[in-house]
Amino acid sequence: MLAEIANPHPTWNVAHDVSEVLEYHFMVNALLAGSVVAVMAGLLGWLMVLRRETFAGHTLSMMAFPGAAGAALIGVAATWGYFVFCIAGALAIGRLSAGERRSWSEQSATIGAVQALALGLGFLFVSLYGGVLGDLDNLLFGTFLGISDGQVLVLLGVAVAAVAVLVALGRPLLFASVDADVASARGVPVRSLGIVFLVLLGLAVAATSQITGVLLVFALLLMPAASAQAITARPGLSLALTVAIGLVVVWLGLGIAYFSVYPAGFFVTSISFAIYVAIQVGAWARSTTRRGLQAPEQPPAEGVIA
Amino acid sequence: MFSQEFMRNALLAGTFIALACGVSGWFVVLRGQVFAGDALSHVAFPGALAAAAAGVDERVGLFAATIAVGAGIGLLSQRSVAGGRATGGAAPADDTAIGAVFTFVLGLGVFFLTLFSTSSGGGSGIQAARTLFGSIFGLGGGEARLAAVIGLAAALATLAIARPLLFASVSADVAAARGVPTRLLGIGFVVLLGVIAAEATQAVGALLLLGLLAAPAAAAHRVAGNPYAGIALAGLLAVTAMWGGLALAYALPGLPPSTAIVTIAAGMYFASTIVA
Repeated sequence: MLAEIANPHPTWNVAHDVSEVLEYHFMVNALLAGSVVAVMAGLLGWLMVLRRETFAGHTLSMMAFPGAAGAALIGVAATWGYFVFCIAGALAIGRLSAGERRSWSEQSATIGAVQALALGLGFLFVSLYGGVLGDLDNLLFGTFLGISDGQVLVLLGVAVAAVAVLVALGRPLLFASVDADVASARGVPVRSLGIVFLVLLGLAVAATSQITGVLLVFALLLMPAASAQAITARPGLSLALTVAIGLVVVWLGLGIAYFSVYPAGFFVTSISFAIYVAIQVGAWARSTTRRGLQAPEQPPAEGVIA
Repeated sequence: MFSQEFMRNALLAGTFIALACGVSGWFVVLRGQVFAGDALSHVAFPGALAAAAAGVDERVGLFAATIAVGAGIGLLSQRSVAGGRATGGAAPADDTAIGAVFTFVLGLGVFFLTLFSTSSGGGSGIQAARTLFGSIFGLGGGEARLAAVIGLAAALATLAIARPLLFASVSADVAAARGVPTRLLGIGFVVLLGVIAAEATQAVGALLLLGLLAAPAAAAHRVAGNPYAGIALAGLLAVTAMWGGLALAYALPGLPPSTAIVTIAAGMYFASTIVA
């Protein structure tokens, strides 16, 4: 990143390195934006993992592609394109694929068709715009460097709104996510909540992809949440862990990228994945050990009537 | 239209790639493995980049990446082979693992992109676009023939395992009891998907593969109840989408072929939701 121009060197003095990084306004913005996104994507991603809507989340991140390309085509700021298309995609998926009794194969086929259509459209926009091939990199893999003050404020605003709605709807949404049938029987509007959640997810994804790029959203949306849920099933604790892991990923990833010629997206994704794998291996090891330590069943004593 | 060589090449390669996608796609939709197919096509991109960065033919990277990840997905798959209908409305648990792995591989992709662009000094954006969105109008005669052969072979391979695969997909336990090697079939199928994904990437690109793989097959599922009719219909619809898309793109120079193909395919699916 910066290393191409100014050739900074990391020292063993962490405090010095951190203060050096923070001298640059673009780095401060990157860290601020990254932190906001880590919190928002972490919380919504936690529900996404719980509700097993990973494929929908991925497709929503793909919506950002026609969004940004379309915005460039009509001369509007890319941010609008991201948000409009991600929300439109959420509504499309929510209306078309959700619903009682639809099998997973039907739902996934619908989501897949929506994704392909959206990407084809995005490519059309790019072609019509006359090949913004340089910007294609940023679109797909993120632009941690060029985040403006305005963008940070927009992100913060969206995050506050999304988290507020999430908190307000938290209990019924959790109920509907964990046991839809019982919740529905208790009068919880499961279908509507599902659509609202997808819209919130669309917002989170639109915000995240402006930092990480469309293809690497899962580094902050999926992996921290999946890692936390592998550690504990208790909602409060695993939500907190998700956010903590996300923040670590952002700060460590951006910090390392500052001193390197390689793109920040690579570091953010790799660190997130490394944490995810380490925790999965740990969880697997723990469950294997537990099974091995369980005492074998004792046969009942002679003469005892069971 | 048929007098132009690039068009003939595109039609030749495209027909058999579409056939392979349609036929195997019918099983992908049945088994609820659309996301896995999506992931496989996405990892084709870093594979091609890694090969380019190493100075090797990018097709080597394409195939290596998709087959490796396909084998990984097949081996790690924890759910029963009967994916689609058995799990009811919920996605299988390993979607999380699939999502994590392909995100990491894409992260490697951006690393290789940087490596490639610094070592080749530009042109990487165009290279990336070609891999992501296909370059079917840019195929030479030899490339087209090779693509057609691989496509045909993949379609035939799918048909060869169709009966046991159908059995294993719909009723895994009974099939296993009857001696069908369900786990091996499952792994083999995902590896075959990897080959098809790598091949189709050259036509429609890594990002648009789902359009050929899932949409025509999903439409066929809705319309045809009989499995063999469904498989045939899926193949037919995919090839029709390919031909329609190529013809449309030929007629309208501003329209990219992959967009046209995928839009027709998706349109077929949405039409089927209204009609059937």
